[in-house]
Amino acid sequence: MIGLKKRGDYAMVSPLVFWIVAGVTILAALAVVNLTNLIHSALWLVVAFIGVAITYLILEAEFLAAVQVIVYAGAIAILIVFGVMLTRRGDIRESNLFNNYRIFGGLVSLGLLATIVTMVTKTQWAISGAVVPANQVGLLAQNLLGQFVVPFEIAAVLLLVALVGAIIIAKEVRD
Amino acid sequence: MENLFVNISGALRGWFAGIGLPPMAVEAVMALVYLVAILAFVLLNVVYLVYLERKISAYMQQRLGPNRVGPRGLFQTLLDVLKLFGKEDIIPNAADRWVFRLAAILVMVPAIMAFAVVPFGQGMIAVDLNIGIFYFVAVSSTATIAFLMAGWGSNNKWALLGGMRTVAQMVSYELPMVLSLLGVVMLAGSLNMSDIMAAQKTVWFVVLQPVAFLIYLVASTAELNRQPFDLPEGEQELTAGPFTEYSGMRYALFFLAEYTNMIAVSAIAATLFLGGPQGPWLPSWLWFVIKVYVMILIYMWFRWTFPRIRIDHLMAFNWKFLVPLSLANVLITGIGLEIYKWYQVIRW
Repeated sequence: MIGLKKRGDYAMVSPLVFWIVAGVTILAALAVVNLTNLIHSALWLVVAFIGVAITYLILEAEFLAAVQVIVYAGAIAILIVFGVMLTRRGDIRESNLFNNYRIFGGLVSLGLLATIVTMVTKTQWAISGAVVPANQVGLLAQNLLGQFVVPFEIAAVLLLVALVGAIIIAKEVRD
Repeated sequence: MENLFVNISGALRGWFAGIGLPPMAVEAVMALVYLVAILAFVLLNVVYLVYLERKISAYMQQRLGPNRVGPRGLFQTLLDVLKLFGKEDIIPNAADRWVFRLAAILVMVPAIMAFAVVPFGQGMIAVDLNIGIFYFVAVSSTATIAFLMAGWGSNNKWALLGGMRTVAQMVSYELPMVLSLLGVVMLAGSLNMSDIMAAQKTVWFVVLQPVAFLIYLVASTAELNRQPFDLPEGEQELTAGPFTEYSGMRYALFFLAEYTNMIAVSAIAATLFLGGPQGPWLPSWLWFVIKVYVMILIYMWFRWTFPRIRIDHLMAFNWKFLVPLSLANVLITGIGLEIYKWYQVIRW
């Protein structure tokens, strides 16, 4: 019943909301990297993921936003459990430390940032003027389970393998 | 009577527009009005759900239950709330302070957010999203984080064990719950709550999807951490699980969240399986409240008649029975839909 259905409404809100959300998301992402407590890092990751979900909402991709929340933000709890299981240090406050490659690592990430920024600004983005289709879910389903069914299933198997691998590393299979 | 609340909402909207607010601001203020209305509905019901639970448990155990404060003990829970307001807020020294504090607040957020897509009556959905039921699933999946934060932040072994159990249980039982909802979505052909309601005009989905309804009932009880699935707090072994170190208002918030979640889960069950807010004679919103309370009474009946199950049984029951059963239900629903289509073709 809230009338945020028309395109114009979003256009009016979006610039300001977008910049706030983008700022919060980036700050949260920085906190993930910089904090030394693994649990705190994982919790800030939730904030970053929800920020991305809100960005999807601003782009009127409701379904994608919900998927972002359920797949990424919802799974953080499992990430924390794995983090606690896999951490070998006695003190959790020093479980997410830096290594000795500060200068080298900084240069690599600056280079990567520069590359991404140039690519984003140089590219001519084709912006469609068409209205967002009402039935996003149906169109997505037709693509995922029709044309792209093989890559979709392969990605699923890959995730399963990664999951089983993580459990084996954590539990150390005996005998 | 039927359009009582819709008319109130319309009148408020007209009044806000009348005093010269721009359309965008009117929408924002109306969103706030819906939020306040939902909060009022939830808080009022929770206070009396606690009373109801205590009375029902008492009658099931041949006791009287609260009967001292007010007629038939009706004011008992109201005064309990006041008492909780006045209690000291204790934060353990060794606690992870911010995580500990935030957890008590964050536990309420998904619980309240879920009500955005609940149809309280005909045309009484706060936000009629296209992805309605999927929004509910997404929002409620984040509830686990708050419980784990409470368990971790308390820096207490019982709390941590409880938090870990919560994750194991809620993540596992989410799967059959979502798969059981899928059966309904397949029949309705839409994730939108209004469409799902409209699809049940003639037959309720509890008749067409009885297996899905039973799976939902069991899995949602586990999601609510209520008996017989209350292992996360199991008081004989873990004191109170993730809530062990909480006191006063912060403890009350966890309590509030549990009952709020119970109303939300019952409301979803009423909408998806019991036809939602529609029925003869009575106004639709009253039908909705009746159906929600029928579901709540079933959850309470569960709680006071089943003993708690063991943690390995809990996991085995989910992964070896509920998940395969819900997958089979999805498969059979698909085959049934195809047969129905084929039957419609040959009949003409």
